[in-house]
Amino acid sequence: MTTDPPVLLPREQFGSLLEALARRGYRVVGPTVRDGTIVYDDLTKVEDLPIGWKDEQEGGHYRLKRREDEALFGYVVGPESWKKYLHPQRLRLVKAERDTSGHMTFTDGDEEEPVRYAFLGMKSCELNAMMIQDKVFLGSGTADSHYERRRKNIFSIGVSCGEAGGTCFCVSMGTGPEVTDQTPHDLAVTEVIEDTSHYFVLTAGSDEGREVLNELPATPAGPEHVSAAKQRVEHAASTMGRRMDTGGVRELLRENLEHPQWEDVAQRCLTCANCTMVCPTCFCTTVEDVTDLTGDNAERWRSWDSCFTLDFTWMHGGSARQSAKSRYRQWLTHKLSTWHDQFQSSGCVGCGRCITWCPVGIDLTQEVAAIREKDNHPAPTTS
Amino acid sequence: MSSVLHPPDASALQAGSMLPEPWVVVSRLEENADTFTIELRPAEEGTLRPFAPGQFNMLYAFGTGESAISISGSPENSDTRVHTIRRVGTVTSALDRLAPGDTIGLRGPFGSAWPIEELPGRDLVFVAGGIGLAPLRPAILHALAHRKDYGRIVILAGARSPEDLIFHDELLEWKEEPDVEVKLTVDRAGIDWYHHVGVVTTLIPQADFDPANAVAMVCGPEIMMRFTAVELNKNGLPDSRLFVTLERNMKCAVGICGHCQFGPEFICRDGPVFRYDHIHHWFSQREV
Repeated sequence: MTTDPPVLLPREQFGSLLEALARRGYRVVGPTVRDGTIVYDDLTKVEDLPIGWKDEQEGGHYRLKRREDEALFGYVVGPESWKKYLHPQRLRLVKAERDTSGHMTFTDGDEEEPVRYAFLGMKSCELNAMMIQDKVFLGSGTADSHYERRRKNIFSIGVSCGEAGGTCFCVSMGTGPEVTDQTPHDLAVTEVIEDTSHYFVLTAGSDEGREVLNELPATPAGPEHVSAAKQRVEHAASTMGRRMDTGGVRELLRENLEHPQWEDVAQRCLTCANCTMVCPTCFCTTVEDVTDLTGDNAERWRSWDSCFTLDFTWMHGGSARQSAKSRYRQWLTHKLSTWHDQFQSSGCVGCGRCITWCPVGIDLTQEVAAIREKDNHPAPTTS
Repeated sequence: MSSVLHPPDASALQAGSMLPEPWVVVSRLEENADTFTIELRPAEEGTLRPFAPGQFNMLYAFGTGESAISISGSPENSDTRVHTIRRVGTVTSALDRLAPGDTIGLRGPFGSAWPIEELPGRDLVFVAGGIGLAPLRPAILHALAHRKDYGRIVILAGARSPEDLIFHDELLEWKEEPDVEVKLTVDRAGIDWYHHVGVVTTLIPQADFDPANAVAMVCGPEIMMRFTAVELNKNGLPDSRLFVTLERNMKCAVGICGHCQFGPEFICRDGPVFRYDHIHHWFSQREV
């Protein structure tokens, strides 16, 4: 448990955090406005943050709107997630060379020097998502060296949410809205805007976080500041746009593989794969082999893939999952049920991206509720 | 009886497991019109890792791609690896063009194994459909090499036609071994076929094994394995003593690309060999 007392950093001094991180050799990345959305990219100054913007989110709907205040973190989450830095969308795995005698040599194709990133503005759901991908890439028998190299340098600055979005349900998933010690982080930040004051309450979650805090012009936070920060988080928790009853959902889906709801959702699902691309925990990849014109230099590239494509399960003779029904079922069942078997947690953090960015607004919380309503095989609930 | 069968050298590949190693084709044999067997030896020192029957390698055709291919050679024969491959796609067609002396890339071995070494005194029932005989062959060869460790050995192999049978001559040789029963069947045949005609499941009631003491190992198309399980159950052999090997699209072979998921299982890592009762829930569903 962090026992460090929280400190207070006035809005005017927030730039000192970026400076302190840069001084320590970190490349600071975080939220910024681009193409009508909030994406993650390099931040060189406070003004790069989405000051005064909020994101209106609903099923199949996302709009940036002006806030009435000048909050730096007054949005929820955008279409991107931090996985793009740790699990790159495209990565060269292998370089292969064939000499005149036909002999082959293979070398690691991932030559990119890992960047020391400071992730500024990780929402609690996103810290949880990173923890889940840690289990996928580092937790099982084989560690993914590409992820490992990128991950070990990260300085993480969590930001607790003061408002919830229309498609948020982190409270149901137990993943937010407050950044807590359950998710490892270096710093935790809560933004508070009151009538005349705008400040941040910060706590350290690691030794390095403590060192950074000591370099900031921060003062001890008073009980009124701590309580104001707490109220912001409570406000977010009480205004979740969605909820999901997760009780026994692992068994519910496993025991209802032939539920009529799968057919129902398949009538709406375009199998476009958007949900898997925006999901901060989806990890599937495919590979592509290429050669140069001589044919003696080949490369093997890994890129994000989606269980919604027919190619995903292609074998001689066709795809194992031909129907949209089977592909949606695979995705949702993996996320909420078999993920527990594989990685001892849910694969869903309740960020709502898959609902927001679904072109037809399919809402997994509603799909689960519909399956639960006509549970064909009520099973005794276990952990 | 354990179902997660740890291969002898599971941890050897952890570092750089996405990097193939060069292997050279030693020999090549045509099995039938679309199936061939290649024998490989490592081109570099220190890359020959022990394998257990049922495991597979990722074979890389230069610039074309990788395919998961089970090992079909004897685990006793140490310095080469044998793969029997059906030409069905781009990679397997590229592998088909290989000649002795050519080099390919290889990663492996991966996956779980037939529980063959855990079965002393048991009757062994091998049921194969088509090229499904290939992943079973290392287990059969192991059993034959350690004949006195086992009870009766039954090998039931089916194919579409006599011409589609693989390891045909070897099957007939095994038939001559003491206490080994080999039964062959095809869907259709000419008048020169003197074995059975019909699906492989019809051979099960005729086979001589003690269901109370037998373990079955099955490989073939999923529909064939499903009906084989039903027939074995009918003949007194429970799902807990029945092992199958599954196949799915695979890219990484180490449980992170997600392609080979089958319910909660990653077939590359948790399989390809499974104890049937452990996957029965998912195996009974379509399009998992």
